[in-house]
Amino acid sequence: MSDMNAATVTRYRDDFLKEVEANVEEGDWVKMCMQCGVCSGSCPLGPHWEHPPQELFMMIRANKREEVLSSASMWYCTSCYNCLVRCPREVPITHIMHGLAHYAERLGLAPKELPTRKFSKIFWKNLSSSGHANETSLALKLYFMNGFGEGIKKAIEMLPVGLGMLRAKRMNPFGLFAHKGCTDKKGLNAILDKAREIELAKAAKYQA
Amino acid sequence: MSDDKKYGAYICTGCGLGERLDSTAQTNVASRDGKMGVVREHGFLCNAEGVQLIRDDLASGEVSHVVIAACSRRAKTEAFAFDDVAMARANLREGVIWSQPDGDEARETTQEMAEDYVRMACAEIKFMATPQGDPVSDTSRRILVVGGGVSGMTSALETARAGYDVTIVEKSATLGGHAATLQTRIPQQAPYREPEPSGVDELIAAIEAEARIEVRLNAALTSTDGAPGRFEVEIGTESGSTASERFGAIVMATGYTDYDMANLPELGAGKSPDVVDQAGFEALVKAADGGPIQCPTNGREAKHVVFVQCAGQRSDQEGHLPYCSGHCCLTSIRQAMHAQEAGASATVLFSDLRTPGAAGEDFYRAGQECGVTFCKGTVSEVLPGDDDLEVRYNDLILDEQTSLRADLVVLATGMVPNSGVDIDTIAAEENEEADGVAAGAEGTAQENTVTIPVESILNLKYRQGPDVPQLKHGFADSHFICFPYESRRTGIYPTGPVRRPMDMQQAQEDATGAALKAIQAVEGAALGRAAHPRSGDLSFPSFRKEGCTQCKRCTVECPFGAIDEDEQSYPLFNSSRCRRCGTCMGACPVRVISFENYSVETVGQQLKIVEIPDEFEEKPRVLILACENDAYPALDMAGMTGQHYSPYVRIIPVRCLGSVNLIWVTDALNNGYDGVLLMGCKKGDNYQCHFVKGSELAHERISKVDETLKTLSLEPERVLTHEVAITDIQRIPEIINDYMKTIEKIGLSPFKF
Ligand code: SF4
Ligand code: SF4
Ligand code: SF4
Ligand code: SF4
Repeated sequence: MSDMNAATVTRYRDDFLKEVEANVEEGDWVKMCMQCGVCSGSCPLGPHWEHPPQELFMMIRANKREEVLSSASMWYCTSCYNCLVRCPREVPITHIMHGLAHYAERLGLAPKELPTRKFSKIFWKNLSSSGHANETSLALKLYFMNGFGEGIKKAIEMLPVGLGMLRAKRMNPFGLFAHKGCTDKKGLNAILDKAREIELAKAAKYQA
Repeated sequence: MSDDKKYGAYICTGCGLGERLDSTAQTNVASRDGKMGVVREHGFLCNAEGVQLIRDDLASGEVSHVVIAACSRRAKTEAFAFDDVAMARANLREGVIWSQPDGDEARETTQEMAEDYVRMACAEIKFMATPQGDPVSDTSRRILVVGGGVSGMTSALETARAGYDVTIVEKSATLGGHAATLQTRIPQQAPYREPEPSGVDELIAAIEAEARIEVRLNAALTSTDGAPGRFEVEIGTESGSTASERFGAIVMATGYTDYDMANLPELGAGKSPDVVDQAGFEALVKAADGGPIQCPTNGREAKHVVFVQCAGQRSDQEGHLPYCSGHCCLTSIRQAMHAQEAGASATVLFSDLRTPGAAGEDFYRAGQECGVTFCKGTVSEVLPGDDDLEVRYNDLILDEQTSLRADLVVLATGMVPNSGVDIDTIAAEENEEADGVAAGAEGTAQENTVTIPVESILNLKYRQGPDVPQLKHGFADSHFICFPYESRRTGIYPTGPVRRPMDMQQAQEDATGAALKAIQAVEGAALGRAAHPRSGDLSFPSFRKEGCTQCKRCTVECPFGAIDEDEQSYPLFNSSRCRRCGTCMGACPVRVISFENYSVETVGQQLKIVEIPDEFEEKPRVLILACENDAYPALDMAGMTGQHYSPYVRIIPVRCLGSVNLIWVTDALNNGYDGVLLMGCKKGDNYQCHFVKGSELAHERISKVDETLKTLSLEPERVLTHEVAITDIQRIPEIINDYMKTIEKIGLSPFKF
């Protein structure tokens, strides 16, 4: 348990809903859910989640903090926005799913081995380091996400696709070494640092 | 039949009647068989010229009784409206040419049908007179409102503002009823976000300022007798004095009693003072006066308040209310908002949150926004602990048994109507006693009813019992679908929660409707006109005393308690209580009850005049007695929409299936009809019968015909009853055509001569 997590547990022992409202993106919408179940029924991945959105919202209200934050469920959201456009209460469900995932990550409670979590981390690192996504390096990193052997296998498997992309000039192999990125990387980093600082400060306010 | 009756038949050849039918043959039928003194054809009878033709004959004295052989009696009623003239109509358009296929093959049977209908109308008119009405002389136009709650006060104000004097009789010492105990009410105005003042004080002030309204507190009705326009009411006061007054109509706004939560020990009622019902919580909010809400046990601050919805409601369990009281979800939201405002956290446990009305959904959102927690779960138990309560429930979303701790638990119990004595139960008990069956024996199929000690409210001196009849669960019976304010006692209008569960806003709308009904009743009584559903009808039943055997069937079967008994035990008809359904006429075994324009004869002669082809012609005849409220219009509409049915049926509209006298059925069978179909409205608890019990009684009577059929060695299929609705435009022709197949199967009647 990270320090921050320990702190919030004490603070919100009795009211996880308030914690979510304060810390999760669009979290103050959770209370507006009227438990109709339209979101769960609309989600293309619904049958595969342990706790579809409707249930997650109810668990939040029922103070099931550990279960929610360590759940893999919200990490399954593919941002298709099906639920969001259908919810009769106009709850921004998609945003809350990602908000919950992110909050769990900040607290160190997110399940470590989730592929979607790994992808998110790799993608963010790739993007934020230069300001432009480096697709070649991103693909390679994803291939090797689950270890060297797996990565080689994956690369061989994808070889015909890669060659095809090369021929069609859809991929530049040199980009791996000469990725340009944005012009003002320093400026970008400053922006991101500032954002991180604001978020942490906000979270710090809720530490006991 | 006196000689001064002069008959005229008018045969229309418009609307395609001339092309499809042989009008000369009809003219012959009318003059030869029908014995009409004047018979005229016209190419467009309902236009000004055609109508003038009739008017001229009436004016010259050549004709006094009119037969119109044209369209359905439901069509062109404005053109064919002649004051004080008896009129019979042969339905040749909807009933014949539109319901039969065109073409040579069908020409003969279509013509036979038309000629029969002309014959029937001519037979009917001979027994018709124009109704003269039976106005109440010395009518009182004053309206009595029983109950001074929101419904009663609203009714009184609306009636007074329409120019009628009103007396409110309220049994308690103050006006306001339940509403007066409320801190706020569910909002009635956009944006429906906050509880608003109950408005009761303003209502009371308006009543006090209204010169036409007189209020009697601490008073009750000790006796009510009479009829619309002339109710004689004794108003007793607490001090024991009584006053006799005359009223024109009565609005019964007696409201409800809170369900007794002592019936819910499993939910902690009676086990801890910290378990209260909604009224109890209202009192706590009032006592808190804006400060923190205190627990009744020890005055500590209620930090967690849990609302349990549907407590003892919507449940099949013994002693619970089977119905939803309609307002309690919104009331709990309102109260939870008060709890939040007082610094507590409120949780509402519901299985279905029902938020009817305009405010519903918005108010629910407002409750969520202000932080009330809503959990979908059913509560199994509330257990008092050392310093708080444990609420055990089944979370229906997370599918788990779980619990919550609360300082205060509010049970959303329901409303029990104050409808007085259940006269049907009394009657049933009396019958049981009379039959020698031990009263109250175990195992009688009693519904789970909540028994609260009841006293009569109206103390009616009617033969049928002291209060208005109830339908289900103790609510006053009223025609839910078509005439919601009409009780089964003409001139007495139950309104508000005594009629069905409802919230304040609905009660106010309801009370306004009841006020209008009361006004209609007094005005109708003054003119001798029926209030409803045959509004304006001047006919009323009377009986031939010499023939009456004092069997009392009419008094018992009249669904509206219109008939009392005189000192000699003869029926005493109160025409202004009567709805003109004819159920008494159908009931009378010696057939002495009749209306001026509707009687055993008017129908009996029609069915007898129909030509019955002999058995070798292979043309069956089926008599259809169709309720004129639903079945007959549906048959007309079947014709209008080009649905065809068998040409072998002859249809006679009846006021209500209840008015069908069994003699018509036996006469029909004796005359060689191959079958009789009765078509009426839906019966039972979800009845649509315009006269509430008419269809049910007819079904019952017909079920007894089976025996008779057996003794005549006739198949039971020869007489069938169908429940139909006005929307059964396709179904009714199917029923008819299927029935013809049945007749084909069982063969023609052996009674053809
Ligand atoms: S669709 Fe919206 S209101 Fe319905 S359960 Fe999902 S989040 Fe709640
Ligand atoms: S946006 Fe996410 S949670 Fe919503 S339907 Fe799509 S995958 Fe499911
Ligand atoms: S049965 Fe119908 S017609 Fe007869 S008295 Fe009663 S209400 Fe009137
Ligand atoms: S049903 Fe007929 S016979 Fe019987 S009491 Fe009534 S009027 Fe008389």
